[in-house]
This record gives sequence, structure tokens and C-alpha cells, in this order.
Amino acid sequence: MPKKKLRMGWFSFACCEDSTMVFVELLNENFFKWKKLLDIRYARVLRRKNKINNLDVSFVEGAIATEKDAKKLKEIRENSKKLIAIGSCAINGMPAAQRNIFDEERKKEIAFLIKRFKQTDKVRTVKEIVNIDDEVPGCPMDENIFLNILDKYLKEFGINA
Amino acid sequence: MHKEKDIKIENISKIEGHGSLDIKIADGKVKYVKLKIIENKRFFTQAIRGKLALSLPQMTARICGTCSIAHSTCCLEAVESAIKLKPSEQTMLLRKLSMYGMMIRDHAMHLYLFCLPDLLGKDSILDFDKSQENLIKKALAVKSSGNNLSKIVAGRAIHATFTEVGRFSHIPSQEDIKKIIKELKSVRDYTMEFAQMFYDSNFRLERDTDFVSLVTKDYSFLQGEIKDSRGLKIPEEDYWGHLTRVVIPYSQASGYQFEGRGYMVGALARMNLNKNNLDSNTKKDMSKFINVFPSKNIFHNNLAQAIEILHSIDHSIKILESSDFKEEPHTPIQVKEGDGVGLIEAPRGTLYYMLSVNKEGKIRFGNIIVPTAQNQINMERDIAQLVEKNIDMEKKRLEFEIEKLIRAYDPCMSCASHFLRINWI
Repeated sequence: MPKKKLRMGWFSFACCEDSTMVFVELLNENFFKWKKLLDIRYARVLRRKNKINNLDVSFVEGAIATEKDAKKLKEIRENSKKLIAIGSCAINGMPAAQRNIFDEERKKEIAFLIKRFKQTDKVRTVKEIVNIDDEVPGCPMDENIFLNILDKYLKEFGINA
Repeated sequence: MHKEKDIKIENISKIEGHGSLDIKIADGKVKYVKLKIIENKRFFTQAIRGKLALSLPQMTARICGTCSIAHSTCCLEAVESAIKLKPSEQTMLLRKLSMYGMMIRDHAMHLYLFCLPDLLGKDSILDFDKSQENLIKKALAVKSSGNNLSKIVAGRAIHATFTEVGRFSHIPSQEDIKKIIKELKSVRDYTMEFAQMFYDSNFRLERDTDFVSLVTKDYSFLQGEIKDSRGLKIPEEDYWGHLTRVVIPYSQASGYQFEGRGYMVGALARMNLNKNNLDSNTKKDMSKFINVFPSKNIFHNNLAQAIEILHSIDHSIKILESSDFKEEPHTPIQVKEGDGVGLIEAPRGTLYYMLSVNKEGKIRFGNIIVPTAQNQINMERDIAQLVEKNIDMEKKRLEFEIEKLIRAYDPCMSCASHFLRINWI
């Protein structure tokens, strides 16, 4: 019988994808180990065929700037047993949410673009929209905290090498 | 047959950031190609106004994760040019090394993680079989050497911590230098192997276009003169005067024309215009690949990147072996009022910063032009040509061919969507 693996997804919303890059760099050391432990079901950075369904753990990077993204985030939540917010934009919104604190002059300048691209009035953090189970702070995310959290959930889901 | 059919690709995979594509076909002709950068705008151009110039490079580094060091380096140049501060020679060498670390890592990610599966007929590096595992090991070893070079020189690869206006806050230790030279040497052969694979690839799309790049004397991406394939030469600070901004209403980024026409920036442009200045060891070992250039085949952008990886390794080794880095005194910086331009070659092409600093040392306004925005018009035209040439191709296969072409350009949607608006003209 094939060994049980952690069904995981890696998602990104409004951000610079710096934590995705840290994740991609962590592959340098961990690729073959993770291949045995992780079933990466969703990672647009690595593959074309992606599915949001029955995930054990979802990692979510970036802030939420549109209703469409909010809807997708809710879909991820509904299909994930655990959801982890990754990096500064997901956790406290910044710097993706910098327009929230713009003065009136700047708000006026960008108003037509907010409307054209159906962005919401405020950029929101991940936990303003869904419940989260953990977070990995940093800009980009702190790689040691990420590795510890990954270990924690591998244990929780009974997955070992 | 889909002579009347439309093509829609949502969320293009294996590129940096979010992009999608709409193509309308009628009577066997492409009516339009809309490459949409759907990465949400983060309004950096507005946000930088009023910020302290000396802290700005750390802020604009956050425009992009993967080419963060390009943004911070270009911003440093612009700030230094605005406040008339000349960094030391040692600082320039360390900047070259941090740029090389980024080039190795970023090109390796694009070539080996995003494009290599296309060459081998797989969706993802995750689907490689046992016999291909060795290839993955080599790919990750090359990528890791770039990551480690950035770490020892710039503090970290993503949002570097040692880079400051005028200086580096930390210099690499002799022990770290020895280690990284050894590591860089150990991956040289692998880079040759991968370049051979991209050389052997039969992917092809040719169309006449103008190639534009900063031409540097040592191919170090930092200082030189802008050239194009028609022989034009422009000083860095005049670049903006040769560009026309084109509003693309369906995309969260602007497009640009150079001298009133579509053009291409990036590794292919650099190799076409500047291959003579590659490192001598790279030239010796990769002459067969370098002889392919100048080329009009857009897929040779990948081969050009493969050559740039080895150049970045070889030139880094030379700098590291011949330099004796010393702590430099930290003198407080006198901030002056002024305007300045920074222009460098980022992994995906020419990156331009124009900053105006007021007498309090704060940003009055700024203008940032990224490579992907400059390539947008060219990308759409190339996609249109690809579709018209293969109009009878089965739809799924054609979609795959289009994605392959977009990936060859190596677009970066995070960069493109930082928001450009020029409001001082």
C-alpha cells in the first residue's frame, strides 16, 4: 500500500511572492525528503494541473484585494483541514494593503483603477475573511518557523518517512 | 478546427505571479490577443511618495520576490544619483556579486523548474520519474549555489539585508568566500549539461523585432550604455525619453514602445547585443552555444539564460578570488535635493528607476519601469503569430504551445502590477 502523504496546497494572492520563492529555495535541500512526505495538490508555481479538493494543509500567501479572491480563499478554507497564513501580506496585509492608509489625494488618484479592476475598498488580511490555524511571519516568511510548522502538521496527520 | 473559436487560459502556470490570456479568432485570423496581468495592483508608485530616500530600496525590494535584489540595486543607484553620492569600488563589486547570485538562482528556477518540464514532456518537476532524479539534483545544486552566493554577500536572496545606500553593512568572511568559490566551481559542469538541452531543443518562433539592452563592459548587468539591434546608443539617464507608455485597459500593467515600436528586453536581447563581453572562461566552454547569437528565435531566450548562469558563476569566481574585502568606514550620508536615474539589467530585462528627492530627503515622486511591461506588446504579437501559424492545431495542444511561448519570455507579473502612473508630465 502506498504510504500516506500530507495533501497540501500552496496559494498566493496579492503580494510579491517572496515566500513562494523561499519555499522554492527550500526545495534545494528538501526536495527528495518532501517527495516522500508531501502530495502537492496545488502549486501554480510548479504545475499546470491543480486541484482544490480535500486538502490536509493549505499555505496561503498574500493579502485579499478583490471579492473574487475572497471567494477563492473561502473555497480553499472549505476544502482544507488546516489553513496557514504565510508571510507579512497574508498576516497583517502589508505592504500589499498600503493603499488602505493612503491620504485622500492618493485615494482619489487610484479610485478609477480600483473600480476598473473591481478591487474592494480595503485590502484585507487572510484572517479577516477565514479562520486560520497557524501563521508563519516574516517578509519573506521565516524559513525555520515554516519548517517547524510543517513538521508539526506532518506529526498531527501521522505522516512519517 | 477552431477557426471561429476563442481561447482562454486562466491562471498561466509556472511563471512568476498571476496572468491570464484571451484570444479571439474569426475567419481563421487572430482578432486580438489580450495578455492580462491579473496580479492585483499594489500601488507602489503612490506609496513611495513621502518616504525617506535612504530607506526606499528596502521598500521597493518588496515589489518582487524573485528579483528583489534587482529592485533594491536599481533603487540604490537612483537614490545615489539623486543625492550625488558615489559608492566605493568595493561596494560596486559586492553589488555585482549580489546581482550574479540572483541571476544564477532566478534563471535556474525559470529554466529548470518552469521550462525543463516542457522540454521533457512533463507537467511538472514533481512528475519526473526515477531516471530523471539526477537531473533534479543537478538543477537544485545550481540554484542553491546562487542562493548561497546571495546569502553570503547580501544577507539573504529574497529581500537582502546587507545592501544600503553607498555601502554594504557587512562584508563576506574569508571562510564563506572559500566555501562559495568551491560550490560555484562544483556546479559548472551541470550548467553546461543544461545549456546543451536548451541548445538541442527544437522549439522555435521567429519574428522581426528590436532588441534593447543595457550593454556593460563586463556583462555585469549594472553600468553601461543602452543599445538596440539597429545600432542606436543612448546614455542610461535618457532611456525614458525614448519610451512611449501604452495604456492596456484590460491588464493591471502598462505596455511600452521603444522609439514608437514594440521591442524586447531580457537575456535574448543582452546576448544578441553584448555576447562579446561575456567572461573568458564562459566564452571558451560555451562557444558552441554562444555562436547561436544573434538570434530572432524567442525560445533562445532560454539558451541565453543558460549561458548567463555560467557567466555569472565564472565572473563571480574571478571577483571572489581577486578581491580582498575590508570593512569600510561608515560616514553619515548628507541627503541633498535632486533627481536621479537608476538603470540596470534585471533577470528579465532592463529595469528603470527615476526618483526625485526633496530637500528633506524624502521622495517627491518616482517612476519605475519593469521588464515585463516592456515586453507585453511583443509577447502579444508573438502569441498572435504562433496561433495563426497553427490555427488547425488541436486546442489543448495549442494552449500548451502558447504557455510554452509565454514561459520563454519569463514574465514576472508581480513586478508588472506594482502600478505605473506618470503624472508629472
